[in-house]
Amino acid sequence: MSMVELRGEEITKDFADGARALDRVSFVARPGRVLTLLGPSGCGKSTLLRIVAGLERATSGRLRLGDEPFDDVPAGRRGVGFVFQNYALYPHLTVEGNLSLALEAGRVPRGEIRRRVAETAEWLGLGGLLGRRPGQLSGGQQQRVALGRALVRRPRLYLLDEPLSNLDALLREGMRAELKALFARVGATVIYVTHDQTEAMSLSDDLIVLRAGRVLQCAGPLEVHRRPADVFVATFVGSPRMSVWRGRRDGDVLACRGVQVPVPRGLGGNGELCVGIRPEDVEVATSPLEGGWPGELEVVEPLGSQVLLTLRVGGERVRALAAPAERPAASWVRWPGGSLHWFEAESGRRLEPDGPTVEVIR
Amino acid sequence: MSGGANARPRATGALRALALAAVLAWSAAPAVWQALTALKPDAQITRTPTVYLPSPPTWRHVQALWDRKPFGRYLANSAAIAAAATLLCVSLAALAATAIARLPGRGREGTLLALLVVSLFPPILLLFPLYEGVRALGWVNHPLALVLPFAALNLPLAVWVLEGALRALPAELDEAGRLDGLSALGRLRRVHLPLALPALATTAILVFIFCWNEFMLSLTFMTRDAAKTVTAGIASVSGASLHEIPWGQLSAAIVIATLPLVALVLLFERRIVSGLTRGALKG
Repeated sequence: MSMVELRGEEITKDFADGARALDRVSFVARPGRVLTLLGPSGCGKSTLLRIVAGLERATSGRLRLGDEPFDDVPAGRRGVGFVFQNYALYPHLTVEGNLSLALEAGRVPRGEIRRRVAETAEWLGLGGLLGRRPGQLSGGQQQRVALGRALVRRPRLYLLDEPLSNLDALLREGMRAELKALFARVGATVIYVTHDQTEAMSLSDDLIVLRAGRVLQCAGPLEVHRRPADVFVATFVGSPRMSVWRGRRDGDVLACRGVQVPVPRGLGGNGELCVGIRPEDVEVATSPLEGGWPGELEVVEPLGSQVLLTLRVGGERVRALAAPAERPAASWVRWPGGSLHWFEAESGRRLEPDGPTVEVIR
Repeated sequence: MSGGANARPRATGALRALALAAVLAWSAAPAVWQALTALKPDAQITRTPTVYLPSPPTWRHVQALWDRKPFGRYLANSAAIAAAATLLCVSLAALAATAIARLPGRGREGTLLALLVVSLFPPILLLFPLYEGVRALGWVNHPLALVLPFAALNLPLAVWVLEGALRALPAELDEAGRLDGLSALGRLRRVHLPLALPALATTAILVFIFCWNEFMLSLTFMTRDAAKTVTAGIASVSGASLHEIPWGQLSAAIVIATLPLVALVLLFERRIVSGLTRGALKG
């Protein structure tokens, strides 16, 4: 199986009711890599995946697989393995039947079918369940069969539509690690759709954040976390969430509610700005910190290995991650100036202290 | 006190049994009377005061059906024509229903409504045009003269029932089939129809019963004894003279003509129930 690159160019999708689901979305799914489409529900990520699968047609824009145009290839000939959010297993067929149907339709010789089904079942730990029907399986097992149905075809491209969202939390975490190992093992090109930023961070090589049909940022997951291109991305990616204050720029300070935040030199943007701080960058203490602010502890949320504190600073709130303590206390907060994230309030675009804004790939 | 708490359910249970018995008696009485009449010697059938139980029961009437008429042939004709018409009707309906179930809202409702309206015309309107057509084609006494109209007359009903069942299937299953490389017919055969099996069985039973019981077209188009279906055949059972009605033979014929339907429903009912319970396990 040769490794190929899938490109989407300026893909736009309008629904029959005139709503625009996707607005000139471009992306590259690189060979052997996992590309994640991340966004809140209704952002168009599943629609984009369905267009790639051939289940829907784009209103405009192009898909290319390597050098070939891909748009007119019917779904059954695209060589994609698709995992549905609700699995969509054939309820009247056994696990074996579910796994082998695509191969039978593709006129694969019987012996080869049996070999591949057995191998796939082995990988997924479904060996003893081949004779069962989906109704006799647990949710986790059904999920594996759904994965197996994609794997058994040895597709060029794997498309997964929120495959873990129907599993309970414990199972989801185990399955996430298994997926990662599986992706590495088959070395296939993967497009993975999710609304869960933890999944996106842990699984992807490339990450596209979508909102309302537009690409907000396209970068590696660490880059998205370190330099979010947009204030929405900043709050959507990263857990616990970034605290964001909005204020009016007054020379070299940003006047927020009851707090004045120094604006770094060379930062572009005037008028209304937003400043964000990640909880892990906030330092707390019970005695005055030099260059810090006095804060009032409002909420304490123990997370086990850490504790999440919410403090009131002036009229604003900031979240801070601290070491767990029997009786967590804090009355001062401080953060290194370089750890702040700056955004234009109106457009939401990131502002860099030295140099131009991050380029948004669209 | 504890006895009082138990008495109420027992009383409702008894009432329910009584009600069921009444309904059963009401529904079964004509059939039972028919069966009893079929087994009575002629003299007991019309005697007053009424004789309820045949004494002794006689197989004379049943025997007469085979001696005086080709009754086995009638039954075979009916079975073959009804089976062929059912197969044709359900096959066409499955294709049509699959297509209609995929139509967007307005188009689907319009098509279904049109089908309903068409099926509201009384079939007798079709009798003369159909007869002209059958004669022109030289199909009088030919099974096709009944198979085609039977299939056509039942098509709206069959499409309605199957469309509902097919539309209830999740769209993802169709999409999964598409991605697995199945053609439209392949998806129908390997995904949709197996899942709609209970509805298919129900539709087939309804259509078969209609075909088996149909009288008007059968009587008109089938004039030769060897071509007659069982309903037309029963109509030709006559007594020794014009004024004698052979009640015993008629009753025997009706009972025998009903038995295959009863057997069929019992057979398929098990199929339907097993289909439904399998669906319930899906979770």
